[in-house]
Amino acid sequence: MPETIGFLKPRQAVLDRRREIIADLADLLPEGCLISEERGLKPFETDAFLAYRRVPLAVVLPETTEQVAAVLKYCSHYGIPVVPRGAGTSLSGGAIPQEDAIVVGLSKMSRILDIDLFNRTATVQAGVTNLNISEAVSADGFFYAPDPSSQLACTIGGNIGMNSGGAHCLKYGVTTNNLLGVKMVLFDGTVIELGGKALDAPGYDLLGLVCGSEGQLGIVTEATVRLIAKPEGARPVLFGFASSEAAGSCVADIIGSGIIPVAIEFMDKPAIEICEAFAHAGYPLDVEALLIVEVEGSEPEMDAMLESIIEIARRHGVVTIKESQSALEAALIWKGRKSAFGATGRVADYICMDGTVPLSQLSYVLQRTGEIVSGYGLRVANVFHAGDGNMHPLILYNINDPEDAARAEAAGNDILKLCVDAGGCLTGEHGVGIEKRDLMLHQYSKADLNQQMAVRAAFDPQWLLNPSKVFPLEGRPAA
Amino acid sequence: MIVHFEPASEEGIASIVRSAASERVTLAIVGGGTRLGLGNPVRADRTLSTRRLSGIVNYNPAEMTMSALAGTPLSEVEAALEAKGQMLSFEPMDHRPIFGTSGEPTIGGVFAANVSGPRRYVAGAARDSLLGVRFVNGRGELIKAGGRVMKNVTGLDLVKLMAGSYGTLGILTEVTFKVLPLPSATATVVVSGLNDAEAAAVMAEAMAQPVEVSGAVHLPESVRGRFVGGSLPEGAATVLRLEGLEASIAMRAEKLAAALARFGPVSRLDAVQSKLLWAEIRDVMPYADGTRRPLWRVSVAPSAGHQLVAALRLQTGVDAFYDWQGGLVWLRMEAEPEAELLRRYVGALGGGHAMLIRADDASRGRIPAFEPQAPAVAQLSERVRAQLDPSRIFNPGRMATAA
Repeated sequence: MPETIGFLKPRQAVLDRRREIIADLADLLPEGCLISEERGLKPFETDAFLAYRRVPLAVVLPETTEQVAAVLKYCSHYGIPVVPRGAGTSLSGGAIPQEDAIVVGLSKMSRILDIDLFNRTATVQAGVTNLNISEAVSADGFFYAPDPSSQLACTIGGNIGMNSGGAHCLKYGVTTNNLLGVKMVLFDGTVIELGGKALDAPGYDLLGLVCGSEGQLGIVTEATVRLIAKPEGARPVLFGFASSEAAGSCVADIIGSGIIPVAIEFMDKPAIEICEAFAHAGYPLDVEALLIVEVEGSEPEMDAMLESIIEIARRHGVVTIKESQSALEAALIWKGRKSAFGATGRVADYICMDGTVPLSQLSYVLQRTGEIVSGYGLRVANVFHAGDGNMHPLILYNINDPEDAARAEAAGNDILKLCVDAGGCLTGEHGVGIEKRDLMLHQYSKADLNQQMAVRAAFDPQWLLNPSKVFPLEGRPAA
Repeated sequence: MIVHFEPASEEGIASIVRSAASERVTLAIVGGGTRLGLGNPVRADRTLSTRRLSGIVNYNPAEMTMSALAGTPLSEVEAALEAKGQMLSFEPMDHRPIFGTSGEPTIGGVFAANVSGPRRYVAGAARDSLLGVRFVNGRGELIKAGGRVMKNVTGLDLVKLMAGSYGTLGILTEVTFKVLPLPSATATVVVSGLNDAEAAAVMAEAMAQPVEVSGAVHLPESVRGRFVGGSLPEGAATVLRLEGLEASIAMRAEKLAAALARFGPVSRLDAVQSKLLWAEIRDVMPYADGTRRPLWRVSVAPSAGHQLVAALRLQTGVDAFYDWQGGLVWLRMEAEPEAELLRRYVGALGGGHAMLIRADDASRGRIPAFEPQAPAVAQLSERVRAQLDPSRIFNPGRMATAA
């Protein structure tokens, strides 16, 4: 397909030194930590934003923080771009490399270093998967709260890079609210530690700045995260509505009533059909929109909350209510939701948008999204975190049809602009990556963006860390 | 005489800053002036107050967000929230009692100093509730960052950077923050007679229970009588707060009491006593003693709090109580601040942040209020600051780590 999103032009001087660079990297790393043959590099050419691919110059898979530091120091000295990579599940192209870049993959740094139940913290290497953390403490009655749909594969390092959310962050917050500290390597090879088991640290909140910085400020090699005691029970309930508007206004009323469920997830009819066909979760097929509302606590607590929620849903004309009767049913309900992206991928190619809007705008934005996409002659499935207004329209298209792909991208851009104009933002949890980079000036003024870029340059004056991402390619200041 | 600016608009602030930057005139930034004791003393050519930049800009309870101009009195914000059954989840402390200051704290000041209270260790600090800011940087440009939605990863999170930067990176003009429903019921479970180490274990045990404890504090016998008019039961009091739906509170309190009964006598406070107790804890009432005796706020791993105090006691006279499950130690020294000793022990116990909150002028001039940072982090912070306030005109010295 024709590429509308550009990358920085590869540095010829770096490409010319390819052989030498690979030899130098081999000296810096133990055996088995360097990939430089075409066939080995291929799997690293893209992430979950599949429409764009670039084969990197080389991939390194360091085993220690010191090795990461050695590689970065080398690359900063010779002016070589670096693209950090966790599991490569980014939906915004955050991990897509470029021809002159070294990919630093953290997959070998996958050890859990310390579980401290007294202080309710886990310290792990950056390549540990999100789900591994919860699994490691589950038997003791704890969990790690942020739960992106890709949690089986995605790494904590990637979660920090994108400040990942998930279905349950309505109650527990996103990564930045659950991250206590990091060890990270700056581009010049300096290793620093920010935060730790103590809640407060002196000085500026660099930890908060690093979280969600998309690998542009340094490479996180270790993280200390907060653990939470598991609730006694959790119960997801399905609410079917005759229109998306009814479901949308029901969400706003639940939140406004003073009850905060753990999760409120929304699916429209196309999404319900796709997920049900895949997961057989028992979703009603005769409704236009579905909410999955999950409450947690003891049985009587959940009963009390659900009673209020059901009453609100009735006021909005709910047509189906289905409470999960067993742990198995509850798991199925979530399986359907969490496999939404994968299930959609079996039906068609898609691009997934991630704008967030104020709750009062939910119904309007849903309606306009439908109009925009059908205006381009395409179809859309909506499946998203309604409780915090984080929309995920999946625009279905055919990746092998260049015109179709161009239309999908144009529709996506229109939707994101719609989200911003409705008082929201371009991305709630997937990150800007390359995908939304050129829309940044729709959300921010030139001065706003210049300020962000100036702060970024304080970490990496050469603009070599994940360089084609987040900020428009033009007008980047040096520090 | 120090010239005092009180601009009534963002543009007014921006133009003062532009001329100050061009003339290298330094500015002390103040809101209500009730927390000026936080951080190092500032020496500036002029003072700029945000007081006249006041008013709630936008409040939609169904979206659980509010936007307010920086100079809006905190009391106005809290009253508006309470009228709709909502609150600031991070329970900002009122610093007037310990500093003996008067005036009205502002919402901008709350976020500039990242002021949080007992609920911070489960619900997050002020910075966790802050969704968006507008501020004037050191070039006199009006910058916005973040927004008014709950989830937003669009670009670098300058919002977090501004929270807790004590007016050294920019002048906040407007803040947008997340709010939460007021719990309909509150109860407190008290375990009596524990020593500090036992209390730490009990608080950890409580936090491991699926009952959602929203406050875990240990009040040793030396301070116990200073709370709730002296009505807490005999002996040191380890207090655990439960909040939520009326129907569930009694049950959770029972469950928690049962889990903790083996540690000591367990009793309960009702909603009225609870409310008073947690406000007194939040405002550090035992040390609101009208003196300038050295007061420290020490953040360490919860398991390290009591060890720190025990180690200090062997060397010097201290009084202390513990918030955040033991991870926040309020420490009052009997005589000297003992900064070096204290910070050495904090380092030895895994690190943290010993912040000098109150002391006489000579000590404050000598001891950096903030814990010194690793050189690489301090240098990086300085580079970041230079990108926001290149002429170094905002609150000079306030966050300096070397006096």
